[in-house]
Amino acid sequence: MTGGRRVALMALKNAPAIAFAVVLVVFALLSDRFLTVANFTNIVTQASHVAIMAIGMTFVLLTAGIDLSVGAVMYVCVAVLALLFGDLPVLVAFPLVALLGLALGAVNGFFVVQLRGLHPFIITLATLFILRGIALWMTDTRMVFVAEPIMSLGRTSYLGVPWAIWMFAGVFLSAWIVLRQTPFGRQIYAVGQDPAAAAKAGIDVPRVLFAVYCICGLCAALGGLVSIAQVAAASSTFGFQKEFPVIAAAVLGGTSLFGGRGGVVGTIFGAILIQTVENGLVMTNANPYLYPLVTSAIIFFAVLVDSQRSRILDAMNRRKIRVE
Amino acid sequence: MRHGREILRVEGLSKSFFGVRVLHGIDLVLREGETLGLVGENGSGKSTTMNILGGIHPPEAGSLMLDGKPYRPAGPRDALRAGLAFIHQELNLFENLSIEENIFVSDFPRRFAKLPLIDRRRIGERTRELLAMVDLPHPPSTPVSRLSQGERQLVEIAKALSSDARIILFDEPTTSLTRRETEKLFEIMARLEGQGIALIYISHILGDVLRVCDQIAVLRDGHLVGSGPRAEMTVERLISMMVGRRIDSLFPPRTTAAGSEPALEVEGVSQPGVVHEVSFTLHRGEVLGVAGLMGAGRSELARILFGLDPHERGTVRVGGVTLEELSPEVCMRHGMAFLTEDRRGEGLLMEASIADNAALPSLRDYATGRTGWIDAGRLRTDVTEVAERVRINATDYASMLVKNLSGGNQQKVVIAKWLLRRPEVFILDEPTRGIDVGAKYEVYKIVDQLVADGAAVLFISSEMEELIGMCDRIMVMNRGEITKIHHRDAFDSEHILETAMRTDLVGQAVP
Repeated sequence: MTGGRRVALMALKNAPAIAFAVVLVVFALLSDRFLTVANFTNIVTQASHVAIMAIGMTFVLLTAGIDLSVGAVMYVCVAVLALLFGDLPVLVAFPLVALLGLALGAVNGFFVVQLRGLHPFIITLATLFILRGIALWMTDTRMVFVAEPIMSLGRTSYLGVPWAIWMFAGVFLSAWIVLRQTPFGRQIYAVGQDPAAAAKAGIDVPRVLFAVYCICGLCAALGGLVSIAQVAAASSTFGFQKEFPVIAAAVLGGTSLFGGRGGVVGTIFGAILIQTVENGLVMTNANPYLYPLVTSAIIFFAVLVDSQRSRILDAMNRRKIRVE
Repeated sequence: MRHGREILRVEGLSKSFFGVRVLHGIDLVLREGETLGLVGENGSGKSTTMNILGGIHPPEAGSLMLDGKPYRPAGPRDALRAGLAFIHQELNLFENLSIEENIFVSDFPRRFAKLPLIDRRRIGERTRELLAMVDLPHPPSTPVSRLSQGERQLVEIAKALSSDARIILFDEPTTSLTRRETEKLFEIMARLEGQGIALIYISHILGDVLRVCDQIAVLRDGHLVGSGPRAEMTVERLISMMVGRRIDSLFPPRTTAAGSEPALEVEGVSQPGVVHEVSFTLHRGEVLGVAGLMGAGRSELARILFGLDPHERGTVRVGGVTLEELSPEVCMRHGMAFLTEDRRGEGLLMEASIADNAALPSLRDYATGRTGWIDAGRLRTDVTEVAERVRINATDYASMLVKNLSGGNQQKVVIAKWLLRRPEVFILDEPTRGIDVGAKYEVYKIVDQLVADGAAVLFISSEMEELIGMCDRIMVMNRGEITKIHHRDAFDSEHILETAMRTDLVGQAVP
């Protein structure tokens, strides 16, 4: 392999890290406040709810599925927390909300497994509208507020690290262990690569599919908790279109939409990258109308790299017959 | 001849699908340390027999005895637990996982009984042992995507060994292996026999069957038509049992002689790393064979000539007209047709009907008038005509899906689809791969008919016999170069094979 080829190959394999480095350098040059520890802590804190949800999404994407309902699940969970669990102590309310997210994910998982002919895209698109409708009906489309103990949680730090980042780190670590070190995690990769072969190998494919949607629902609920603790109030647009940054974070981190490839390490990079760009745009006093343009350009870039990567890698690794 | 203990006995095995009897009272006996060859044309019942043994289908009548006890697997896992592993033709490996993960994916050993954590150290050690048994010197954590087809086959065998299999079923294990890898597989098989493991070996390559099997059973239309030790069998005898009639010749006589008018002229085609200065002329009415070892650049050359892969230098003339560029569109417009070696992946839309597949490259020719709508009536007539010409065995071309056809019939659909365009130059890449003896003969007859009608055929094949049987000339490729062209009056399989393997001819001018 020539040197140029090797560089191109490395670049493709590490596209997320390179994009991240480029973004850092560009904003550091544009604003002297950007490259500070305080600002970086700020970025990670703000990114943590998307990162947690994107970790759940990674499980689903690895099976070549998709979950569009995460934003709606997040909203339902927060609405229930604010309206029904307002008087419960945090240590009771939070696990209940997490369970609710898990149950909503189980609904998705149930239909994905039962209606094998129907793509998860359609199923979760349906649950997106149904759940958002339920939440809007529950809240009467009005702003809901959470009680003081939860709000103060948003400001809490432990060892100088904000609570949201601890949550984020905990979810990431658990997800990493599950995916890398447990039979279930490795079977997720097998199912994503080839469901028919996985079934032949004796893997309980429906069980694996059901489980990943449960995990995704659980992570959506945890993301909602982290987010509401930071903003204290949820309007009728809470979690609206959240599926886009969430899926983008996972794909940007190298998880393939076609299943079987990727992992949660890349996902957290993706989530932080998206937040970094937004933060950098604020720091450099960019026109706010540019934000969606830049974000969508990043998402486009992520999907483009994903679709081209395997094709280019194949072409580059093509067997040589002659030694020239 | 070994005389191991009897391990599996099949008596009177029968099976029907949708009321159609596909197996009629099959009897088989398998002994420890012995390889049983199972041969027969496609649809003769080999796969059904294997699938019943492997627990994929339940038997309908008859008895299966494993170690003298009744054996009735409820599913593939059940069969595996009973000590019977099935290595499918299409390997069941996950490219995104490592070797060790593939071997243990259905049942990972755990580090702590209570916690679902994989015991990485144990699977690593165990995998290393298993890989040593199949002579595969890779670290257990190597991703399967980095392995060659032959190495993947060995991983499948290691996987079978990991479950302490005592019977291993091989279904066409050599179709995607190079000759070297095949030899390696045979070596491992011999070693397994030595350990008392019994093997069942299915293959279309009768020479291999005669070489590696101790006992051979022949199936035809779901009946066991003959069985016996290897010593009693010859290729001719096996074929006549498989086909049910004596075949005097494996190849139809060529009806016409090659012409002298050039149909395809290739001059100095090169692509760095792939082919080097390839020049040859293919005449009308001629079958020009392309021989060479796996990886000699034969398929790559075919793909370049049809414009599927890029090339750096060289010109191609079809019927005397220089092609302005090589792309499938231009090649097709000038009357070229290309039959890919990957029939399922590239040659056909498996989920579409025979008629839809056949019509695909010609749709534009059937557009009528200003609107460009398709003249369905004319298309149907013509599709039926070509489908009948190549004798596709199906009742309704419009509704029969290609995926439900046998390999031979699928190949005929690919040929029919090109015939509709009445091409002058055919590039056939492994046209008889994976199809049975009877269907091969029909493909040869079609090739003969094509050249008799004045077309020219470039015939790429790994089977020396069929090249010698069908071609007017055979050119040999080696490392992307044409190293020799043999003429029909001087065909000699040993000599051709020798020129295919000799590397000292590379870089010399073609004599």
